[in-house]
Amino acid sequence: MFKNTQSSYGLVAIFLHWLMALMVLGLFGLGLYMVELTYYDSWYKGSMDLHKSVGITLASLLIFRFAWRVLGTQPGSVASSSALVNKIAHSAHLVIYVLLIGIVISGYLISTADGRSIDVFALFSIPAIEFSVENQADIAGKVHYWAACSLIGLVVLHALGALKHHFIDKDKTLIRMIKPQKDD
Amino acid sequence: MKKLLVSAAVAATLFGATAAQAADYVIDTKGAHAFVNFKIKHLGYSWLHGRFNTFDGEFSYDAKNPNASTIMVNIDTKSIDSNHAERDKHLRGGDFLNVDKFPNASFKSTSIKFDEDGDEANVTGEFTLHGVTKTITFEIDKIGEGKDPWGGYRVGFEGETSLKLADYGIDYNLGPASTHVDIGLYIEGIRK
Repeated sequence: MFKNTQSSYGLVAIFLHWLMALMVLGLFGLGLYMVELTYYDSWYKGSMDLHKSVGITLASLLIFRFAWRVLGTQPGSVASSSALVNKIAHSAHLVIYVLLIGIVISGYLISTADGRSIDVFALFSIPAIEFSVENQADIAGKVHYWAACSLIGLVVLHALGALKHHFIDKDKTLIRMIKPQKDD
Repeated sequence: MKKLLVSAAVAATLFGATAAQAADYVIDTKGAHAFVNFKIKHLGYSWLHGRFNTFDGEFSYDAKNPNASTIMVNIDTKSIDSNHAERDKHLRGGDFLNVDKFPNASFKSTSIKFDEDGDEANVTGEFTLHGVTKTITFEIDKIGEGKDPWGGYRVGFEGETSLKLADYGIDYNLGPASTHVDIGLYIEGIRK
């Protein structure tokens, strides 16, 4: 029920998938919105604090998700696509993970470029690392932005793929990411 | 004929004196005895200070003929430092300095007029910021002049002026108390 099986995702993986999907989309929208706010907008500071707090939460969920994936079982593909399409889908998943890692790290490097720590929901703070490079905030900012745009591109591809499985292939690919399946 | 000779002699003396004493100085950015600082009001409640870390410049100055002085300074806008990386990133971006498009700010004097004591002057020149060039005039003070302990010769000045950001096409709304930024130039020159 909670753990994955050979053919089905468990509740933990399903919950992580949708929670993180929601957070990623929310962070992307918030990120684009907050940089357009100007000095006298009342949410000028709050929006950025929220973005950082949710971002750090996403980073910890990402670590947990990798551990869960490595330590547990990974369901196989639903065999209705060609080997090539499966390969593309798997590569896309891998790139999504890499981009998530890159976005989280670059975001951290923007805010900690001068040794400041990141406050997480005003509950605790993540310290900066001792190491920094010149123009770190600017470079990390560009990486953060373009990696996020690329990620959203892949998310759209990923969602279209899921819809194709559901409506055209009429297989269980999407369904099993919503509800744990009984083993066939 | 005698008159002419006298004038020639006077002219020669004057010219000779100027030529002998006109001194060119390089601003000591290498030893960091020069600063380009700025301050701007935060919300009207306090001052925010910052500086440009990378710049260079030269001037010529002769205490005997101070009004012949000239100065030019080049500032690397990327080097803005307000002791907060996220704010500096914002200041370098399109809302403010747009450093990708305008990597340099500069000042080149067109006239320098000292007072009778020779320790205060009005400097007029062309200031370029954010791609906009304007003629500005500001007051400077001479701080001191003389030999340094290592065989060189130095002279130092300071000057401050207030710039309206909108004049230079920087129109981000920082509030009614923060429309102007004060730029301070504190320089020590080493005689070449």
